[in-house]
Amino acid sequence: MKIRSTASAVAITAALALVVSACGGGGSAKKTGGSGAEAPASQYNAGVTQVVNPSDKTGGTLHMGMPGDFDSVDPGDQYYGYAWNFSRLYTRALTMFKPVPGKEGLELVGDLAEGLGKASDGGKTWTYTLRKGIKFEDGTPVTSKDVKYAVARSLDKEILPSGPTYFNDWLDNGDYTGPYKMKDKLDSWKGIDTPDDQTVVFHLKKAYGGFDYFAMLPSTAPVPAAKDTGTKYKEHPVATGPYMFKAHELGKRIELVKNPNWDAATDPNRKQLNDSVEVLLGQNEDDLDQRLLSGKIDVKINSTGVGANARKTVLTDDKVKQYADSAPLDRTWFTNLNADVPPLDNVHCRKAVLYAADRSAIQGAYGGPDAGGEVALSLMPSKMTGYEKNDLYGVEANPGGDVNKAKEELKACGQPNGFSTTISFRVERAAEKQTAESLQQSLGRVGIKLEVKGFPQGDYFKLYAGKPDFAKKNGLGLMVYGWGADYPEGFGFFQQIVDSRVIRAAGNTNLGVKDPEIDKLVDQAAAEQDATKRNSIWASVDKKVMDDAFILPYVWAHGLFYRPPTLKNAFISQNFGMYEFLTLSTQ
Amino acid sequence: MLLFVVSIATFAIFFLVPRLAGMSADDLASRYVGKAANDQMIHEAAIRLGFNDPLVVQYGRFVKGIFVGVDRNYGPGIEHCPAPCLGYSYVTQNPVLPDLLDRLPITLSLALGAAVVWVVFGVSTGVLSALRRGSFFDRLSMGVALAGVSLPIFFTGIVSLAIFRDQLGLVGDVADWVPFSEDPLTWANNLILPWVTLAFLYAAGYARLTRAGMLETMSEDYIRTARAKGLPERMVVVKHGLRATLTPVMTMFGLDLGLLLGGAVLTESTFSLPGIGKYAVDAINNNDLPQVMGVTLTAAVFIILANLIVDLLYAVVDPRVRLT
Repeated sequence: MKIRSTASAVAITAALALVVSACGGGGSAKKTGGSGAEAPASQYNAGVTQVVNPSDKTGGTLHMGMPGDFDSVDPGDQYYGYAWNFSRLYTRALTMFKPVPGKEGLELVGDLAEGLGKASDGGKTWTYTLRKGIKFEDGTPVTSKDVKYAVARSLDKEILPSGPTYFNDWLDNGDYTGPYKMKDKLDSWKGIDTPDDQTVVFHLKKAYGGFDYFAMLPSTAPVPAAKDTGTKYKEHPVATGPYMFKAHELGKRIELVKNPNWDAATDPNRKQLNDSVEVLLGQNEDDLDQRLLSGKIDVKINSTGVGANARKTVLTDDKVKQYADSAPLDRTWFTNLNADVPPLDNVHCRKAVLYAADRSAIQGAYGGPDAGGEVALSLMPSKMTGYEKNDLYGVEANPGGDVNKAKEELKACGQPNGFSTTISFRVERAAEKQTAESLQQSLGRVGIKLEVKGFPQGDYFKLYAGKPDFAKKNGLGLMVYGWGADYPEGFGFFQQIVDSRVIRAAGNTNLGVKDPEIDKLVDQAAAEQDATKRNSIWASVDKKVMDDAFILPYVWAHGLFYRPPTLKNAFISQNFGMYEFLTLSTQ
Repeated sequence: MLLFVVSIATFAIFFLVPRLAGMSADDLASRYVGKAANDQMIHEAAIRLGFNDPLVVQYGRFVKGIFVGVDRNYGPGIEHCPAPCLGYSYVTQNPVLPDLLDRLPITLSLALGAAVVWVVFGVSTGVLSALRRGSFFDRLSMGVALAGVSLPIFFTGIVSLAIFRDQLGLVGDVADWVPFSEDPLTWANNLILPWVTLAFLYAAGYARLTRAGMLETMSEDYIRTARAKGLPERMVVVKHGLRATLTPVMTMFGLDLGLLLGGAVLTESTFSLPGIGKYAVDAINNNDLPQVMGVTLTAAVFIILANLIVDLLYAVVDPRVRLT
């Protein structure tokens, strides 16, 4: 009750402040960064498909702000999309997503490498050739050994815990755990070969057709061994990109300046338009949104755009809305159906839930079509590479649910009058609470009674919903959450949520999808070298998960982002689902 | 002794509450590994962080760090965190004490500046209200004081930012923290709003306390005697009236300032000031025990120091008190 009243008070205060900000002068969004000049008109969602305010002018400072802090700015120790987006300003991985608007932005191209990798040995060996002339910020040439060292150090999850574990899981590492604990074994490590200064060869334990996506991870950005300071490397990562660290006051601010040893001739994907880039960390989110709307901050760094209070201003004032973009994300909001909890062990009972759910109401809980997202027809987000339309439950025609079909499924399940179970959600997330309550109502129409239980989000996966013993013992039949892809391809989205072999004692993100056929499809897709065939298999995974009714997807997430009128070269990166940081400038 | 009690209490809350809720050492460690960590990585983290050891051993290790220092593997080598070492953050892996010292100037700037404002305005308003009891000024100032006590910082802070910074442009961008040593004018300009907002909350209490004290003191016999002796009214009010009233005000000031120096949590969060208060919020949100311990001990030290200084000042203000 106390939390609710405090949250309400904060919301009312922020709303009042936004109203005050919007009063006078015809709305702050009309000013261009305080100069008083009339801002150029724009269009809502223009940045989703095109470059807004294109400019090649140089100079000025790009001001960025974020409500929290990066997990790390060390390229070997970061996992969040906004951190990967940001780190490309000062580092270069082997491959990267093309920094252009629209679907073309989902294509991988060479970055540090001349092009994409060449597969051999049936997809177990991948070879990359580095571009010539790339240097670190101190002028030292980058060699393949720096890439090998960078990947090797990222294997040590004691020193660098935050990054993904793809290289731990897939490279032929043997017992090698990284250069910190095994200083003398780097040369004998079988995971990566460097036959010459320009060639990097990755050796995998088993074939993986999408390895170019792994090569895009920031942990392939070169790190000079002599300058590696382990946990302290984040204080000053050595740059290969167009900018380098001038200052990093941990938890407070970051200042990047031009890297004098970056050469545009070696980098067709980046420009060096800004004199400097400043990031203010740990900002009050409501105040940060106010400063963004008034042009004092150029970009907000986070995954979902403006906060709940600013959303109202953005969506209801056309003068402000014209500078906003509703960006599709690689994320689906859904509820897991737990087959360990009877009668949900019967597929017909699960299907009854999928038919009865009112997805329109849940869409409203997440913020509506602009700020929340589209009604999801299946688990795989429609913006992802390889998506194929899959509407097994007729959601497009009946987003409010199909009560008759739900009742038929309940009869087939042997529960014609419905049944009772518990639905869990993360208590700090208002949208998830509303979702649970909405499902309680819509499933109630067919006699499925839900007891709603909230759990703290910090321990949701480790102690509650993600711990199979706890979920079964406490009868958690439905578990609300959501999942975003590491990268917009099937493996990066599905593997951690539908492969039954990743389920462990606690800390799971697969909350109960257990089907050997799906596991087999995951293996087939991973090993497939042909991208078209691979994508087709991922589409089959999507269909099979829906047919098994282990997951009730309801919203393909969107984020509502704001670009001040003064911001140049702004567009939504299809990969990151936020503004592409590489191109942004202010002149 | 107080520091000892505070550290034991914080330690016990951090470890005992999760244990009572059924969390194992691995469960606890799973908060401090990456989101892709497997069971083995979590188990290794639990061993590395010492969560499997008895609570007494873990506390002993913390105390040892304060008196002897701590050695730590940072990857390429071992570094020594010299005594007094408050340990390393479980989340950021940074040493806690340098982090706190780095943020201390911000909290000091905020708390001391606000303290000057609230003492000057609070006490003077209280004195004037008492001297003009029942007047329009008295009623108005006490009404404003009531509002000051009632309105939370996140309300007054965000609204004042919207008005004075965004609409009127009278103050700088608070979030651009500039140290005093770098540019005193910008430092002051950026801090005016947090000072006034924070002082508004505290000044209200001081005005009411001073007014009540002055009303009582000014009706004492010795005040009548002073007036009868022909002393100027200013001397009667300041030297005889206010001086006697200041003792309880100083007691309150010591407690308030000590608490604020340990972190003005709401003000720093509202104005995005990266001081100890903001650090405390992040530490609590991340369940980061070394950081929480650091903040708690820092706050305890400041409360002790502030009260010690106030005790010493009693002798200056109140002629009946003598330091022996």
